Amino acid sequence: MSTPAPRPRIRLDKKDAKKGDLVEVKALVSHIMESGQRKDKDGNLIPRKIINKFTCEVNGKVVFACDLEPAVSANPYMQFKFRAEESGKVVLTWIDDDGSKIVGEDQITVS
Amino acid sequence: MTMTVSRREALALSAGAVAVLAFGSAGPAFAKNDSDDLIKAFTGGKTPTKGKVRLDLPDIAENGNTVPLAFSVESPMTDASHVTDVLIVADGNPRAGVATFHFSPRSGVAEAATRIRLAETQNVIAVAKMNDGSLFMDTRQVKVTIGGCGG
Amino acid sequence: MPTGRNATRRDLLQFGAATAAALAAAGLDPGGWTRAFAQQRVSEADLLAFQPVGNVTLVHITDIHAQLMPVWFREPTVNLGVGEAKGVPPHVTGKALLESYKIPAGSPLAYALADVDFEALAKTYGRVGGLDRVATIVQAIRAERGDRVVLLDGGDTWQNSWTSLATKGQDMVDCMALLKPDAMTAHWEFTLGEARVKEIVDSLGFPFLCQNVRESEFQDEVFKGSTVVERGGVKVGIVGQALPYTPIANPRWMIPNWSFGIREKELQAEVDKLRAGGAQLVVLLSHNGFDVDRKLAGRVSGLDVILTGHTHDALPEPLKIGKTLLVASGSHGKFVSRLDLDVRDGAVRDFRYRLIPVLADVIKPDAAMAATIAKHRAPHAKMLAEEVGRTETTLYRRGNFNGTLDDVICEALIAERDAEISLSPGFRWGPSLLPGQAITREDVYNATAMTYPAAYRMAMTGARLKEILEDVADNIFNPDPYLQQGGDMVRVGGLAYTIDVGKPIGSRIGDLTLTRTGQPLAADKDYTVAGWASVNEGTEGPAIWDVVFAHLGRKKTVAPTGASTVKIVGA
Repeated sequence: MSTPAPRPRIRLDKKDAKKGDLVEVKALVSHIMESGQRKDKDGNLIPRKIINKFTCEVNGKVVFACDLEPAVSANPYMQFKFRAEESGKVVLTWIDDDGSKIVGEDQITVS
Repeated sequence: MTMTVSRREALALSAGAVAVLAFGSAGPAFAKNDSDDLIKAFTGGKTPTKGKVRLDLPDIAENGNTVPLAFSVESPMTDASHVTDVLIVADGNPRAGVATFHFSPRSGVAEAATRIRLAETQNVIAVAKMNDGSLFMDTRQVKVTIGGCGG
Repeated sequence: MPTGRNATRRDLLQFGAATAAALAAAGLDPGGWTRAFAQQRVSEADLLAFQPVGNVTLVHITDIHAQLMPVWFREPTVNLGVGEAKGVPPHVTGKALLESYKIPAGSPLAYALADVDFEALAKTYGRVGGLDRVATIVQAIRAERGDRVVLLDGGDTWQNSWTSLATKGQDMVDCMALLKPDAMTAHWEFTLGEARVKEIVDSLGFPFLCQNVRESEFQDEVFKGSTVVERGGVKVGIVGQALPYTPIANPRWMIPNWSFGIREKELQAEVDKLRAGGAQLVVLLSHNGFDVDRKLAGRVSGLDVILTGHTHDALPEPLKIGKTLLVASGSHGKFVSRLDLDVRDGAVRDFRYRLIPVLADVIKPDAAMAATIAKHRAPHAKMLAEEVGRTETTLYRRGNFNGTLDDVICEALIAERDAEISLSPGFRWGPSLLPGQAITREDVYNATAMTYPAAYRMAMTGARLKEILEDVADNIFNPDPYLQQGGDMVRVGGLAYTIDVGKPIGSRIGDLTLTRTGQPLAADKDYTVAGWASVNEGTEGPAIWDVVFAHLGRKKTVAPTGASTVKIVGA
């Protein structure tokens, strides 16, 4: 079964922060989040295919992570905050059941 | 004139009348799913205290397939005192697990939001684990309705 | 609110005094101003008489449901309140309502507010509403109060007549533009679909306020949440609140990218923002429904006035919750609310209120509005006037359970769609018809015109039928107002049941019986059910109005007695 190529959408509430500021991240990725509990027309279970892990790293340090279950909606949405300590890359990673990764990036400047 | 109904029309309606949920047929109300087991595994058998965690969910779900969920946990989020994990379970879904969130002092605050699937009216439970091993919880009921007829 | 009922009583007394004083000042008999006119017609001047007060005048109209022309409108006999709302306004009807507000029987206000002697009083006072009459009232108030006037439309304006359906709301948009409202909010507007709503809003010329409507993905604002106008030297902040449960009560597929909800936290932020920006008066233009607004008034601070809508309640006096005044202005163009406020130092120091009944035979139509209405109706007028049947009894819809108009629709569904049971939505819109009256196509459209009219036919088990009735009942009778969606109980044909409104979901509905056979419904047996207004996409079947036309064409005359198949307990 082919799914459309996942395309993360990331929003930071600020690109420039002062040290210690809270930065809010909103992130969306297109994904079916097939629960593994639905049946197809012939009564066979449709195999599970979900994003099971999400992480946010800032400058290589994990600031937030989440383990997802099939009860998270399709096109999973994540909103969270982190404390700005240093400038660097904000890297968001979604890990699929099949081991594939979807990665999205943004940048934060801390003064 | 008398309205005639085609077989196709009647079938289309039967299918359309039942909310199509990602879990498939919700079936009869689940007496109990594995929510207690998941909480026990997360807490190591300790009973969480009510408080410190605030769950935010709508009273009525607009759409059981995508119900906004947000939570926040009171904590200074310092090296000395912070939230490490928050477990979210739903006691009326076929399976209780929803998500487990992981925080560190770098998170700054222990709050997050996502969107979840609820097969029917049920309780959503959040359990927060602190770095000292203490546990806190909150529960919110969300109504999932057939809808229609308003106005 | 533990002392809710006591507080309400006390407030009522206070407001009663205020109103009596206002009327005395206006040269009318205090406490019984209508008595003098009970047996004779009133004048336009009488209906508009008002001793002005203060520096701001709020004029509120709501839930017109696209009724451009005067109509008959019978108020409900049954409007049950639950929890803290049990037995308190607006859950007081008929004689009890008139007595609690000391409104003389037979007066114009009694005719407008209660079902008591409806048929006789209808002959005395005539039809109500008509947007050209509303225009006359608005102009008169503006002429008197100049730049102090704020005109607000609570929504349910663009849909539920034939012309509004045929023009996708354009007739209403063009007519309302003549009134020059300062803002509106919405509910049934959304059944025109996202694209059409956006198209209208872009060229509306005044703000379409919905603080609680957000784009589903990132929760961005779709419409403005609030606006500020300056009137009488006062900065007035207005927040709009669309029906929070629009995607549940109406088809979600028509507005797939928008999310609603009460959004109390965001509302509080909006109010605080207005206050911080210098607003001295903050008004919530709400389509929440009365009980939701009553609860909200006790939880959101900084609201001076809530102009409520959605549940079609009309109250002769504002209800005060804490510092917030709740105004309920009825529906179908039947009333215009005028609330004069004396705002000083950022607070309401004094106020005076009048619920003006729009008696169509008393208020003269405004010529410009009448011409615009006529222009929009002209292409359809001949068709709309066609007689499709007659009624020997009053046809009305409003009430928690089947009205006689619903009985006609339910009977039509069973007969024309060859069903055992019929279901018809508990919409609160739809005017009334008097005994002996011809039923025109327009009358049928006024009770059915909407964008998802397919009359389906399908098999449902007894268990499924009970589940549907339980679900709808909980949306009306849940003791927590935030779990109520407004509307009335789903109407039924061919089915009898008992409802205990005081019980929780799952145990309110019992004794389900197929009336044709007198047999109890079997949980696992299939029954053929016909209905309309399904919120599910792809529902098929003829439009409900065609079903009713076909039925009336064969019956010629209807005479529903109003005998109910629903037994109510616990109310």
